Amino acid sequence: MSIGLGDNEIISRVLKGEQNAYAELVNRYQAYVFTLVLRMIKSREDAEEVAQDVFVKAYRSLADFRGESKFSTWLYTIANTTSITFLRKKKLDVHSLDNEKVFEVADSKDSGFKANLVEQKSRVNMVNEAIAMLSTDDAEIITLFYKAEQNLEEISRILRLETNTVKVRLHRARTRLKEKMEKNFSEEVKNIY
Amino acid sequence: MNQEKNLEQQLWAYIDGISSSEERTSIEKMLQNNLEWKSKYHELIEVHQLMNSTELEQPSMRFTKNVMEKIAQYHIAPAAKNYINKKIIWGIAGFFFTLIIVFLIYGFAQVDWTSSTDSKYSIDLSRLSQVDYSKVFNNNFVNAFMMVNVLLGLVLLDRVLANKRKKFQKQV
Repeated sequence: MSIGLGDNEIISRVLKGEQNAYAELVNRYQAYVFTLVLRMIKSREDAEEVAQDVFVKAYRSLADFRGESKFSTWLYTIANTTSITFLRKKKLDVHSLDNEKVFEVADSKDSGFKANLVEQKSRVNMVNEAIAMLSTDDAEIITLFYKAEQNLEEISRILRLETNTVKVRLHRARTRLKEKMEKNFSEEVKNIY
Repeated sequence: MNQEKNLEQQLWAYIDGISSSEERTSIEKMLQNNLEWKSKYHELIEVHQLMNSTELEQPSMRFTKNVMEKIAQYHIAPAAKNYINKKIIWGIAGFFFTLIIVFLIYGFAQVDWTSSTDSKYSIDLSRLSQVDYSKVFNNNFVNAFMMVNVLLGLVLLDRVLANKRKKFQKQV
């Protein structure tokens, strides 16, 4: 059994031919990868497929993992590229950071159902809703920072960006998230502040 | 507006624990004495906690099983470093390097060092404009080759500078 072993130990076992040991890595990281992919792709069905694909790709390239970074950082790099490739194939917009039109679309798309449901929603749901309204880039960076336990330097490796750029992008993403919450869940937000 | 952005940026860095010790001290002072800073800080801390409080999404129950079924069809690919032979890379680099050297030697060998100067150490720069460059670079292949070399040189320079910048940032 591989439960309780470190990631690197499991990886060396898998590389020695213990294929079943890989299941522990999948169990360990499936929720993280799925959350990241879902927040980028915004469709559960597709996210499930893509997340599985991420683990298959990671397995096939496992010999290339040199242990210079955390396994999770390496895995999220694969999740990032696989999701972007999927979005490109589907010809969905991989939103750019400053594409304001994207936010207008998101706003208009979500404005109908908000008001009635606000009171029923828990705070957590409100944040999830607000994240879903963000662009792919913003949702990804927030998820990596808050949910995937990656620091700025690790995020910069995953996204292949300079650390300072990541810092600025994270700041902008948080500002936009805050704006989304204030705009779309104003009643809830009033109670929070 | 810019002031507010700057304030938020500083506070986020403080909350994330990435501001320097000097910045921390000055922010803590501001938080004690300035009401605007204090209320903004509480606002941001709430957002920060909200984002931390979200739960991870769970995939279907069959997720692991599906992945394990899929990988059963595959083998782990050998590490890239195993099948990329460094000797081949060095061989290609050596080939281009030798070509450049040969071109340079050939170019210098073509120069008539004695005829271009009247006195021993003077160079008549005005005669440079009289040189018929089309005779030197009249071959498309040579031009393209030189262009590729220049591009490769720029790429190499870019990499070296990027590495230096990264090392410098790490040191800072």
